[in-house]
Amino acid sequence: MGKPSDLVQGTLDLLVLKTLSLEPKHGWAIAKRIQQITNEVLQVQQGSLYPALHRLEQQGWIRAKWSETETGRQAKFYSLTAAGRVQLEREMESWSRLSTAINLVVEGA
Amino acid sequence: MRILEQIRMSILMLFRRRSQAARLDEELQFHLDQQMKENIARGMTPLQARSAAMRSFGNPTLLRDQARSHWIWNGMEKLLRDLRYGARTLARSPGFTVVSILVLVLGIGATTSLFTIVRAVLLKPLPFADPDKLVMIYEHFREATSGDGFNVVAAGDFREWRQQTHGFQDMAAYRNYGFNLTGEHSELPEVVQAGAGSWNLLSVLGVQPALGRAFMPEEDQPEANHVAMLSWSLFQRRFSGDASVLGKQIHLDSTPYTIVGVLPAWFVYPDAHIQVWVPYAQTFPPDIYDMHDTHQSYVIARLRPDVSAAAAIKEVSAVQYRLHLANASKAVAEDAVIRPMIDDVVQNVKTPLIVLLCSVGCMLLIACLNVSNLLVARAAARRKEVAVRGALGGSRLTLIREQMTESLLICFVGGALGVLLSLLATSWLAGHWQALPRAESIHVDGTVLAFSIGLVFVTALLAGLVPAISSTGEGVLAALQESSRSIGGSASRAMLRKTMLTAEIALTVVLLVSAGLLFKSFLHLRTADLGCITDRVLTVQYGLPDKQYDTREKVLAFHQSLLERVRRLPGVRAAALVSTPPGGGYEGDRIFTIPEHPSSSFSLQNDALNRTADPQYFTVMQIPLIRGRFFTDHERLMNDRFIIISRKFEEQFFAGDNPIGRHVRVNWGGKLDNYEIIGVVGDTLYDVTEPVKATMYFPILSGIPTETGSAAIVARSTGDPVALSIPIQQQVAALDPALPVYDVLTMQQILGKSTASQSFSATLLVAFATLSLVLAGVGLYGVLSYLVTQRVVEIGIRIALGAQRGEVLRLVLLDGLRPVFIGLAIGLAGGAVAGILIRSILYGTSAFDPVVLIAMVGCLLLTAVLACILPAIRASRIEPIQALRTE
Repeated sequence: MGKPSDLVQGTLDLLVLKTLSLEPKHGWAIAKRIQQITNEVLQVQQGSLYPALHRLEQQGWIRAKWSETETGRQAKFYSLTAAGRVQLEREMESWSRLSTAINLVVEGA
Repeated sequence: MRILEQIRMSILMLFRRRSQAARLDEELQFHLDQQMKENIARGMTPLQARSAAMRSFGNPTLLRDQARSHWIWNGMEKLLRDLRYGARTLARSPGFTVVSILVLVLGIGATTSLFTIVRAVLLKPLPFADPDKLVMIYEHFREATSGDGFNVVAAGDFREWRQQTHGFQDMAAYRNYGFNLTGEHSELPEVVQAGAGSWNLLSVLGVQPALGRAFMPEEDQPEANHVAMLSWSLFQRRFSGDASVLGKQIHLDSTPYTIVGVLPAWFVYPDAHIQVWVPYAQTFPPDIYDMHDTHQSYVIARLRPDVSAAAAIKEVSAVQYRLHLANASKAVAEDAVIRPMIDDVVQNVKTPLIVLLCSVGCMLLIACLNVSNLLVARAAARRKEVAVRGALGGSRLTLIREQMTESLLICFVGGALGVLLSLLATSWLAGHWQALPRAESIHVDGTVLAFSIGLVFVTALLAGLVPAISSTGEGVLAALQESSRSIGGSASRAMLRKTMLTAEIALTVVLLVSAGLLFKSFLHLRTADLGCITDRVLTVQYGLPDKQYDTREKVLAFHQSLLERVRRLPGVRAAALVSTPPGGGYEGDRIFTIPEHPSSSFSLQNDALNRTADPQYFTVMQIPLIRGRFFTDHERLMNDRFIIISRKFEEQFFAGDNPIGRHVRVNWGGKLDNYEIIGVVGDTLYDVTEPVKATMYFPILSGIPTETGSAAIVARSTGDPVALSIPIQQQVAALDPALPVYDVLTMQQILGKSTASQSFSATLLVAFATLSLVLAGVGLYGVLSYLVTQRVVEIGIRIALGAQRGEVLRLVLLDGLRPVFIGLAIGLAGGAVAGILIRSILYGTSAFDPVVLIAMVGCLLLTAVLACILPAIRASRIEPIQALRTE
């Protein structure tokens, strides 16, 4: 349970974008944040997180910047671009449509 | 906005790729450090923390590759890497690389060149308006036994067709003609080939003159004003492109013609030799213009969009049949037949071109198989490396791609150089191929380049895919376990190589047989006996214009004084006059009857070539007298009712009967009369590529202007005959300064001219076949050397156990020759098929010529044995101790 392969297809992008919508974060923090918020249900593995981050960056949804962490180390901080915010809206919308539909089936049947 | 962001990223990823890679490492390291920090915070020792972090992190290299795989330009990066690897591996074995590239340069270069020519000559539409609608109409004699059934058209027939049928938009005619061109002032005279075209010829073709206008209907009449159109080349050459030439006059056969137009530069129909055009009707005496049994014209028609070709020609045929019935005793054809104009233009070169294209295709295929074979050998040497890489996680696709890159690299370099080669080769071929129609339209363009690029890819696939697939597919363990001591482990790969080798040999045999047949047929032509002496003989042609030489006396006077002058020249052993020397072409024939054979009425079979000759001609040319006598000086002027016939004539029409004193009734000099046969002479060929035809000789001393005005002086020399050409021309000029000479050729040159295109295609095909033979030899040698290397240990053991060296030699030799024999059998079958397909361009050579077959099989076997003997000897000299030590 909670392995990345269990994540519904395509939801990792949504999770990453949503996590970044509050403030810029580096990869480690993104993984931690998703873990904390879901009470350790979802654990994002490095093997999928970094490819996803790089893909989102190449697509122009997020943007990376090197800056110092609280401990004074250089780290790569990702933040949402304007296009990324629009994309986040779109993904959230389609997610809520999908989850509502699934809920209807699960509860109605 | 997003676009901008993406552009920024792609620029960043393109130019800062290395620093981005370093950043990625840092990013992952940061993650790992964070994980370790957390683990320490949980109370682990630093060492434990580190290994736990590593465990949860996974394979960092793989992770990095996965992240990188999302970068922009990733595909290109991979390609570059493959190219770098490929170039490096190739550079490590320069011998292999150079040989393969050379092989492909030749293969791709030759194929591209031939394709360029085939496309321009056979496939490109003719340069006329809507060329698919253009057809040629010919007459067809139902009982004709020779020729291809497409007979040139009589002027009378053409005119009837045009008037009475409506199935075609329009119909035009032209005939070949010749003039002596002289200027108004004392410019040098020259003989020009002319076209006589009906007034609507250009409009049927859809061509506009570059300057001036085409002929008018009223100019296309026998008695109309003389007008002419110049070809662009004559316009440039003789009138230096001066447009004011329009409306001026040129003298053709001493008659003034007004220049009304100039044809565009690209217009070289029917061929580039035509220098000037005159109206069709003006080249006929009025009676012949109406005749239905004097054939000389080519008819071009344009199909109507609403009438099918079959329906249109049916109507013409019906008219022709009525004409045939109305002229029952004359040579008037029964039918009219049709063929597309493009077929008409290329008919003589179609088969040789396709044969050549097929043979270069074969050669390229052989080259591919060879490169493929060499790559398989390399793959075999690297199978452990490949297996290890497969075991370490290299995907099969990556490995195949890497090997494909190698063959792609070879093919690209080979292809690029090949295209360069073909640029040179194409213009050389187009320039040296005698009588190649449409040679002016041959040039390399986009389509040709696309073709060669396609060719390179296909070649690379063929050459690379088989070895790549075969070498990557096997189990890792099998490859790793196989030590060099195991015997027969590589049997399947040896099988693959031998199969390819068999195919290579089979293709080579097909090429060799075709080349051998063509070459033998060419030799047959070259050594063909014309029936007369060909050594040290010069021929000089001239034509006396009817206008000045209008009586028998004037013509005779010129001929006689010229003969006397030439015979007195130093270096001339003997000289004589003839209308057309042997080998000089068909020129003309007459239909005749034999009054002593009362049954014989008109028959198409009763026709013979007509020639005129002077009394000494046969002696000078060493044409033997079989019975009767030659002409004497008494058969001259009006005393001219005598003819000499050829042996073929006698056999054909006087079988078992003595022809001397018999008569031939024939239309000569404009009237039908009986001619007494006074002699029979040996046969001569009018064209070395054609069978003997019955010939009759009339006395040239009759001086009939229309029949004897055109003559060739044949002079035998004591030394080099070419040295006589200027003195003889000077004698002609001394007699008539305005009379040009043409076709100044030695008999050897006449022979060479008529065999030039056969010589060309035979030489090319022999070159291709030889190259293929060398390739096959190299391939055979390569395979066998490889097999011997593979079996060093085995052979060492055999020798150590007491095998005789002779036995080893035999073993290896047989191993190498087995695919040769199988390939030979397949190839001979293929060669037989090829022989039948090229039968139409073979002369005096059967498609199954035993000499050619034996010679070619011998050639191949000799090459094969030579290629096999070296590895076999090497195998038999293997020292057991050394062999067992090698691992």
